[in-house]
Amino acid sequence: MSYVTHADLGGRNITGAIVAEPEGELFHAEWEARALALTLAMGGTGSWNIDASRSARETLPDYLQLSYYQIWLAALEKLMIERHQVSAAELQAGRMLEPAAPIQRVLRAQDVPAALAKGSPTARELATAPRFKAGDVVRCANGPFDHHCRLPAYVRGKVGLVEHLHGGHVFADANAQGLGEQPQHLYTVVFEGRELWGADAAADLRISVDAWESYLEAA
Amino acid sequence: MAHDHPGGHDHHHHEHEHEHDHSEIGEMDLRVRALESVLTEKGYIDPAALDVLIDTYQTKVGPRNGARVVAKSWVDEAFRDWLLRDATAAIASLGYSGRQGEHMVAVANTDAQHNMVVCTLCSCYPWSVLGLPPTWYKSAPYRSRAVKDPRGVLQEFGVTLPESTAIRVWDSTAEVRYLVIPQRPAGTEHLTEAQLADLVTRDSMIGTGLARAPGSRA
Repeated sequence: MSYVTHADLGGRNITGAIVAEPEGELFHAEWEARALALTLAMGGTGSWNIDASRSARETLPDYLQLSYYQIWLAALEKLMIERHQVSAAELQAGRMLEPAAPIQRVLRAQDVPAALAKGSPTARELATAPRFKAGDVVRCANGPFDHHCRLPAYVRGKVGLVEHLHGGHVFADANAQGLGEQPQHLYTVVFEGRELWGADAAADLRISVDAWESYLEAA
Repeated sequence: MAHDHPGGHDHHHHEHEHEHDHSEIGEMDLRVRALESVLTEKGYIDPAALDVLIDTYQTKVGPRNGARVVAKSWVDEAFRDWLLRDATAAIASLGYSGRQGEHMVAVANTDAQHNMVVCTLCSCYPWSVLGLPPTWYKSAPYRSRAVKDPRGVLQEFGVTLPESTAIRVWDSTAEVRYLVIPQRPAGTEHLTEAQLADLVTRDSMIGTGLARAPGSRA
């Protein structure tokens, strides 16, 4: 196992207050807004997909010590350095020291509204029929997964009920690794709180995840 | 604001309560400026696009979008049915679509079930209807506890539900995004759709709050 995510937090014993925030309070410093915009603008160049960027963030060794926009910024720098689009020396100097790398496209100001309105839908037509139907009882894979994976640790090996079929969707695990979209059927699977957390859980608590077909087996 | 909290403005980090002093804030400013300069010089970005992106999420795409969706669902039965059946299409009919709202599902709160949304793996959030997520939604304490002790989390938001109300947590682990439709407050029969939208808080559409009662503080 070499792949380590620091972002899979569900059910972990993490203390600290959850602090409410007014609706209009979007950024706490000017740099946060710029970091967001830089991330979206570079995402718009098509140099990587959203799953690769999530993978870059969750593998930052100091993930839990960083604020969210610090995570975004560090991952953005990492993605660009990996692709030889910028160098560490350039980030240090704050100016270009090497020629620019070829880039697929540049997100122009006038194209931003259309690009945001379009988004990046992940639904894909599949030739194969779904393996499961609503009401089926399924057990989640136990891993380990040596790559970016969207099956949270707290449901691995647990039994739940297929509740909803979402059709085919780009498989995040493959897409993050640069292996193509490899779309699979996606399901909402719902679990009883006691299946996940034991007898102490509230009797009426239910939790669901959205799980790709290869995460599931009939139970 | 729905939930006042002393000192709330200063807590924008993770559960580790390390205080960032001014020199460190300055350091982040310099680092981002350096990056922006390099990317502009290399021709990877259009600096004007950055301003459009920031303006979009500051002034155009935010929780008032979602509030209009919810208010319409309270007054228009056919729209509510459509929203619960095909949220992506119903929401798009009001002009809200796109990034981080490509595949929407709406879940309605009832006396029997209260819905709450989290992303335990990162910070997936329905941007097209709610805008950018609040800091707490992205924080480790919320992400770790929402799936295990949602009633305790709700109490931190000042929300106590009757014991007879079951809790359902939706963990957004793929590209499906969830919008909670809060219950319509009592005594709002005379209100217009626009007035109703004012009662719909961002937190009520994540499931960590309830819609405001008419006449209560915004």
